[in-house]
Amino acid sequence: MNDEPLIHARGLVKRFEGFTAVDGIDVDVRRGEAFGFLGPNGAGKSSTMRMIGCVSPPSGGVLRILGLDPLRDGPAIRAKLGVCPQLDNLDTELTVRENLTTYARFFGISRKVARRRADELIEFVQLTERADSKVEPLSGGMKRRLTIARALVNEPEIVLLDEPTTGLDPQARHLVWERLFRLKQQGVTLVLTTHYMDEAEQLCDRLVVMDGGKIVAEGSPRALIERYSSREVVELRFTAESQESFADKLTGIGERVEVLPDRILLYVSNGDDAVAEVHRRALSPASVLARRSSLEDVFLHLTGRTLVD
Amino acid sequence: MSATGYVLEYHLVNYRRTWRSSALSSFVLPLLTMLGFGVGVGAYVRGGIGGVPYLDWMVPGLIASTAVQTAIGESSWPVFSHFEWLRSYWAQAAAPLRVGNIVGGHLAFAMVRVLTSVLAFLLVTTAFGTMHSWWALTVPAIGALVGLAVAAPTFAYAASIHSDSYLAILFRLGLVPMSLFSGVFFPVESLPVALRAVAYALPLWHGVDLTRAATLGVAPAWSIPGHLVYLAAWSVAGWLLARHRFARRLVE
Repeated sequence: MNDEPLIHARGLVKRFEGFTAVDGIDVDVRRGEAFGFLGPNGAGKSSTMRMIGCVSPPSGGVLRILGLDPLRDGPAIRAKLGVCPQLDNLDTELTVRENLTTYARFFGISRKVARRRADELIEFVQLTERADSKVEPLSGGMKRRLTIARALVNEPEIVLLDEPTTGLDPQARHLVWERLFRLKQQGVTLVLTTHYMDEAEQLCDRLVVMDGGKIVAEGSPRALIERYSSREVVELRFTAESQESFADKLTGIGERVEVLPDRILLYVSNGDDAVAEVHRRALSPASVLARRSSLEDVFLHLTGRTLVD
Repeated sequence: MSATGYVLEYHLVNYRRTWRSSALSSFVLPLLTMLGFGVGVGAYVRGGIGGVPYLDWMVPGLIASTAVQTAIGESSWPVFSHFEWLRSYWAQAAAPLRVGNIVGGHLAFAMVRVLTSVLAFLLVTTAFGTMHSWWALTVPAIGALVGLAVAAPTFAYAASIHSDSYLAILFRLGLVPMSLFSGVFFPVESLPVALRAVAYALPLWHGVDLTRAATLGVAPAWSIPGHLVYLAAWSVAGWLLARHRFARRLVE
């Protein structure tokens, strides 16, 4: 067993006409790891994923997948990857089973093995009852599960998931998470992009936060929260027109005070103590919420609160 | 089996769902045209053309025209839809296939469709007694070549557009005039010189001339190698262009 990283990037760059989508990133993904790319829209996550998927040649830097060069060994690398794209591209006129068996053939898998694997995967993603129905009328969650099953048909060493649960309802999303978690337990290396913080916290052992084509932070979800946020966050809402006027009265409580148009956030190590201190200063906010700090706080702190379209 | 073969197999599996309706339309239309023009109009064409009855003269043109219609039909909307609606080319690009396999496999399927249409039509028209020579056995190969000469550039065209209204333009300004002015229904010699030049430049007339020479057992108007080289040139140029356009979309 070698401990060479499955994905190794140094100074990786992707340039399109007129703009740089990925601007010199360093990434190492090890075997069995669940690795996440987090970032707002346009951060360069999908461009990075397409380069790792060997369907987009890098404009600069070094990229090695499974020790191979994507420019020279694209097909050999893709034979060992499973790809679940952001937009479903299933064959809607074919049945669930045919989607898996025809895709397996692209990997040179025999018809017999393809049929057996299709059966196993249909069960794994819980579509047994729909195995022989056409894909077109299936729900979004079912289609996404089928796309994940299709990505597993070649028993890949790395599974790439580009926003695997975007657009799914909560039940469907939890079912997908549960299946991905099962894969992780089986030792499959997962690489995913997401802008759902709870998804990253649930699934990723390690992640990088991207913004403007660069990596702005890297680590485990817990380490990032410790480093870029506090242990807990207290959200205060005052009834007055402007929250701003209360900010001065809150200085000194916790590590940082952030004023938003509709509320004030206190980054503190102990939420209850902070709330007690707020009341001791004779302030009476309309609502008080003390909660654990989340990756969302890290994310917004690092990438800013301005809307990116 | 090669990677291109797997892509062909994929398109054949897809075709199992729709073959009845598509086979019917690609077969019934030329049959009706043959009966309507060949038998109907043919009754007014006294003495036939070049010494053969009008029906026998027109049938080879119609066979070549069927090859071209099927080829363009299979490489226009289907290619467009695999890009724009199904996005299935991207799924194929993520597998260990090369762009050449993706284009080649789909093109091979279009050729399967061309060959089956030509063969079916050839059998029926043989039953009408319109084949005058054993050279008619080469007609499927001629049909495949002229089919490839139009399918390959149509693949490139369909890969370059983002709105299907451009496909309607291709049919109205490309396919329909080509079908009318390429010597299918009347000799190109009766066209004005400028239009005649257009007929010579497009692939269909070359297929028509070769097919007619084969079914009637006469010498073609042009040299046979000349026709073959010209159609091969369209095929090769179309193939290179199509592979380039596909790569631009799939590997960026």
